[in-house]
Amino acid sequence: MVSEGKKRVWEDYQKEIADDHYFYVRSCIRQTFFPGSETAFLRIMRNDLGKDVFEDARHTTCTGIGYHTDIVPLETTMTIIARHFALMTEAGYTNIIPSCVTSFGLYTEVLDTWKHFPEMEAKIRDYLWKATKKEFKVPENLVHTSDIIYKFRDQIKEKSKISLVNKKTGLPLKVVEHIGCHYAKMFPATGIGGAEFPSVLTGMIESWGGSVIDYPERRHCCGFGFRQYLVMANRGYSVSNSKKKFESMQPYQPDFIVANCPGCSMFLDRWQYTIAELEGITFDDKGMGIPVLTYEEMAGLVMGYSPWELGLQMHQVSVEPLLDKLGIAYKKEEKYLGAHGQNIGEPQKPQFLIV
Amino acid sequence: MNNITQHIIIIGGGPAGLEAASSLGAAGYKVTVLEKEEQTGGKLRLWYKLFPDFRPSAEVQEYLANGQKMNSPEIITKAEVISITPEIDYQKVILADGQIFTADVVLIATGFQVFNAEKKEEYGYKIYDNVITSVDLEQQLKSGDAVKTVAGEIPQRIAFIHCVGSRDKKVGNIHCSRVCCITGVKQAIEVKEHLPKAEIFNFYMDMRMFGQNFEELYIEAQQKWGITFIRGRVSEIAENIDGTLQLKAEDTLSGRPMKMNFDLVVLLVGMVPAVGTDAIGKSAGLAFTAGNFLASNDTHFNQNETHTPGIFVTGTCREPLSVAETLTDARAATVRIISWLRDKELKSNN
Repeated sequence: MVSEGKKRVWEDYQKEIADDHYFYVRSCIRQTFFPGSETAFLRIMRNDLGKDVFEDARHTTCTGIGYHTDIVPLETTMTIIARHFALMTEAGYTNIIPSCVTSFGLYTEVLDTWKHFPEMEAKIRDYLWKATKKEFKVPENLVHTSDIIYKFRDQIKEKSKISLVNKKTGLPLKVVEHIGCHYAKMFPATGIGGAEFPSVLTGMIESWGGSVIDYPERRHCCGFGFRQYLVMANRGYSVSNSKKKFESMQPYQPDFIVANCPGCSMFLDRWQYTIAELEGITFDDKGMGIPVLTYEEMAGLVMGYSPWELGLQMHQVSVEPLLDKLGIAYKKEEKYLGAHGQNIGEPQKPQFLIV
Repeated sequence: MNNITQHIIIIGGGPAGLEAASSLGAAGYKVTVLEKEEQTGGKLRLWYKLFPDFRPSAEVQEYLANGQKMNSPEIITKAEVISITPEIDYQKVILADGQIFTADVVLIATGFQVFNAEKKEEYGYKIYDNVITSVDLEQQLKSGDAVKTVAGEIPQRIAFIHCVGSRDKKVGNIHCSRVCCITGVKQAIEVKEHLPKAEIFNFYMDMRMFGQNFEELYIEAQQKWGITFIRGRVSEIAENIDGTLQLKAEDTLSGRPMKMNFDLVVLLVGMVPAVGTDAIGKSAGLAFTAGNFLASNDTHFNQNETHTPGIFVTGTCREPLSVAETLTDARAATVRIISWLRDKELKSNN
């Protein structure tokens, strides 16, 4: 494989990312799936990088899951997203940064639709006014929060406490990067590195000392796929897609997987448990599975944050083998202590997956 | 002869330019060929054998060289034309180094360049070691060495992907490059001759076998050589841990997605206008086709004359053509130029 070829592709797909003053919109599902991730993002941005990040509690779902499953009509989705833009406008911001890849994709799709069909934008403005008496300006800068971390990857490196290097061997950790489909597959020009060879996570990994695995099913969907999972009868298809990826990455012996999408992080983690229970197999050599991180969790670890404060105890696949490789000290007895020191209870142990 | 004083500049010293130079020279005109490369011959020099009869490309080059010997057109190499300025009674041709030439007629024969396969990012050309183009393969065949993977191994399974950069709106090319289908058939047979045990698959949209003996060769590829043709676009290529390639496609005849491993993948790259054609055409006020080739002023009756008097076009700068079609087109352009010059002379005498 010729890495120079990839770099040439990356040069074609760079985009403007605002330097400061962001209107942050959270994901619907990440706070339950990986509750420490968004908190870690805000901590890095505000405390470590000194950036202005604003949130509005009135922000709601973008309807992405409903939209992609044909439950929510397009005009409704657009009006709700227009309301988000109105909240941003009211707060005096022009740069909007969704935490969710599907929201980012949907915002991009809405803005692109309005560009080609201005009459649609006029209609949505009318709907929004009738429903809420709100008006809005379209964002000047729309990027995903992984783009933001990518932008500041070198500043994060300067402040980092550890590298993505195996402490014992001194070798770079081998990382599988997984990009959510809605990040760039719909609009390749909106993704750093494009749709075929995205560099948004690769940039972080390589900047922080790790090495990236390019395996045959790298571009394949994680298996979530909305309809595949949400329709219960299709869940076997969802699992089979994830399994296809795991089998493809297994020969490379990855140390961990990192993803920039709420669903991908969730399903690449949880389906390892499901496959282990269904078939008695894992995709590592110790029966523990391959740890899965969000990019904020990866950044948090690099910055020296406590793994339990990052919420890594919420992962199905145990992260301790990864922490050991990184040389991160942790106390097992603190794993299931909540934010105020109370015991939040240990999950039931799986039958096959070793935790 | 009056016409000896009339001067024709031909921009491009590929098959079209050289054939036209010979024909016009034989008719008694003063001809100057401006070739931007160090030597003439164009893309023909990259090719080993030509379809459909596997004639060595060198034979055609020799034929063109003989034409030059017999008719002695002036050939200036390393002469990169940047613009043509049509004046009232002549054409002014300006080179990148500032030289200026004038002539009664300019024949543009700037040819084509192959589509940059890197633009089809999903195929990983220049990223995955064993993804090559039809031009790269032609070079391998020309070298006389056995076809090999980058690791120096004999490939057991080879895929040819048709329409790379052709009929593809995603990369901005909606035109058909016409010659890639038969090139895929020809190269598949050549590889099979070299590697009889290899499994060879061609992935195609349509097999456009328009030329004489093309269809026959396509049938021969299947019946005699056992080459498999799968009707379906390839969606992506990825590299396996051992350097082999994983290819995903849809077999549209069986209606099923497929995933296969290959040792070598050959991208049949299409034709796009050569670099510089756009600037030259614009400088002379010429029209362009949807594929950015130079447009003629009539698709049926006058394919070599443009809307600008005194400026003619021939060869693959106006549309994708085979070598045989290019030579025929150059001769057709010659006839139109001679006719145009004689008309002009008659008018001036009257």
